[in-house]
Amino acid sequence: MVNETDNRRVKISITLLRIFIGWHFLYEGVIKMYNPEWTSFGYLASAQGPLKPVFSALTDASVMGWVDVLNIVALMIVGITLLLGVFERLGAIVGIGLLALYYLAHPSFPWLPQLNVEGSYWFVNKNLIELVACVLIYNYPTSKFFGLAYFKKGQHLKTEKS
Amino acid sequence: MKWTRRDLLKGLGGLPILGAVWWAGAASATSSKRERSEILEQLNIRPSLPPTVPEIGGDPVRVGIIGFGIRGEQLCRSLGFATEEWKEEMRLAAEEDPKNKALEDFLRQDKLNVKLVGVCDVFDYRAEKAINSFSTPENKMKRYTTYTEMIKSGDVDAVIIATPDHWHAPMSIEALNNNVHVYVEKPMTHTVEETYRLREAAEQSKAVFAVGHQHRQTLSFSTAKDIVEKGTLGHVSLIQTNTNRNDDNGAWNYDIHEKASPQTIDWEQFLGSAPQVPFNKNHFFRWRKWWAYGSGLSGDLLSHDYDRLNCVLNMGIPEAVTASGGIYTHNDGRNVPDVLQVNMEFPNFSTGSSQVEGKENGMTFCYSANLGNAFNRPTILMGHDATMELGNKLTVWPDGASTKYAEMLETEKMRPHIPIYQYNPSANVPDAISSATSQYFADKGLMWTYIDGVRVDSTFLHMREWLSVIKNGGKVSCGIKEGFEEAIAAHMAGLAWKLGRRIEWDLEKEILKPIEGVDFDQVLLANENWEVKPEDTLEG
Repeated sequence: MVNETDNRRVKISITLLRIFIGWHFLYEGVIKMYNPEWTSFGYLASAQGPLKPVFSALTDASVMGWVDVLNIVALMIVGITLLLGVFERLGAIVGIGLLALYYLAHPSFPWLPQLNVEGSYWFVNKNLIELVACVLIYNYPTSKFFGLAYFKKGQHLKTEKS
Repeated sequence: MKWTRRDLLKGLGGLPILGAVWWAGAASATSSKRERSEILEQLNIRPSLPPTVPEIGGDPVRVGIIGFGIRGEQLCRSLGFATEEWKEEMRLAAEEDPKNKALEDFLRQDKLNVKLVGVCDVFDYRAEKAINSFSTPENKMKRYTTYTEMIKSGDVDAVIIATPDHWHAPMSIEALNNNVHVYVEKPMTHTVEETYRLREAAEQSKAVFAVGHQHRQTLSFSTAKDIVEKGTLGHVSLIQTNTNRNDDNGAWNYDIHEKASPQTIDWEQFLGSAPQVPFNKNHFFRWRKWWAYGSGLSGDLLSHDYDRLNCVLNMGIPEAVTASGGIYTHNDGRNVPDVLQVNMEFPNFSTGSSQVEGKENGMTFCYSANLGNAFNRPTILMGHDATMELGNKLTVWPDGASTKYAEMLETEKMRPHIPIYQYNPSANVPDAISSATSQYFADKGLMWTYIDGVRVDSTFLHMREWLSVIKNGGKVSCGIKEGFEEAIAAHMAGLAWKLGRRIEWDLEKEILKPIEGVDFDQVLLANENWEVKPEDTLEG
């Protein structure tokens, strides 16, 4: 069946996408976790765009520490769930949330100064693209195909039968 | 339940990837941390802590302000007094650009234990502006028509002098002789002879004397001092400092006030010892452009750069000074140069050496000023082992041929183009600076410093220190010794330019080495190109 082969290719592609995104998030999280001096202060303090006041408020000394810890935890959750293939929909939602915040803190609007940006963007930037990729992962779970969820609900037995 | 190899691969395939990514991240973070701490350990630099001063307790210090022009107003703000006009202007500026924090910073500034009791300004409008803004029912501010009247009134404990340069010394000396504390703007004198007289007056007075080099409070400079003292840079053989401006304000073409007239300005008092010329608004508002009242680039801006470095290196008065330049960008009747290069020689000065003894000794301090181009040329200290860029931020790069860091360079733990130390107390605090001239001062670390990431006006800190010493005793960071060195160095530069000759300092006798047939003070005050354009004068 044509559909069966296509389906398999799509599954493999999306699994790869899921693993790479997980990889990316986990690495970002681990790097920050092992560097006690790391802080998102600079990123938030230099925020641009309509939500600037919100991000500036997060740099207040009373919450800054929590913001940093939460950011690391969220990055690791996304990284671990997507890489291991377990609770991937939760991971995808957290990822979407994080990326939305990153995008909104420094949106690629042509009328805003672009700070510390390595490429050229017009509304769409890499954060936004990764965000949409997380939407795809949410809507097309692959953890039962590759990941810990494979063991759930006798998934492997089913495979064995077929 | 039986799992095949295929099942395990599909179910647990993510685990090794997770392990690999985790290991890579942890390894990379720890190794860069180790490399950094290795470098930092070797450098052993201590970022300076904010200055603390004993409390300014007891009765408020009664302060009189002499000269309420541009700088006078700024000094009053640092003291905690802003005019209504300024507050309104800054409120509007902040509305237009939310990054403009001038008013916010002012309102947040700690209150100093002072009372502004008097003002002395020869321009009625300015004196009245001060009184209208600062007089309260509890504290009626008084206008004095002359500085002697203010100093001798017995009603002021301390004076702030923000007049044209030719008035700095006479006013300071008068105050010191009457044991009234003095905070005087730079340069502290207008002639060589005055510099000695002022030093004597300060030494004999019970009053506290401070020169307004507020950058001595800037944290990056005290950190720079630590860096140099630890031999981080090796032997510094050349210092480059610069003035880069390209705007009217920066070239001292300040606004001429509409209310200025011979009726509202006491012209005779303004002139004082200066050549007696008819009333001239241009001279009154833009006095920095003439040697008769000001000291040009050498006294106005070089003095900042010299003292900035003198507070880091404590190199003292140069043994010789040469200068060149001219009036090339603002040929508008001024007689002070607008392009100026000054070389100050310190043949016996060293910041320490990492090479064989005796190989390195001596340093040139090179000041290059241009009022016709604002490209930012930073202040650079060039040592055999490293280079330091000094401003509000501070960066140190190792030199590729350094002796001290040879091993670290060889093993690529250091790379010549990668800073080994960076100090940026303002990191991530976005600034808005209103004008090109303010940007010029801000970049140099002359306007403010950062304490725990909060911007603090360095003039405020400088005045707070002065007031604290008045109340509690101690030493101000820019007193008569520092002021004397700064004034002599500035006058040497002015003389070198005017005479086109090398001016030398006799270290032992503490005098300028005489040049036959030359009266230094006459030269300093002389106004070649002295022209009074008919349109500038109202009368006569």
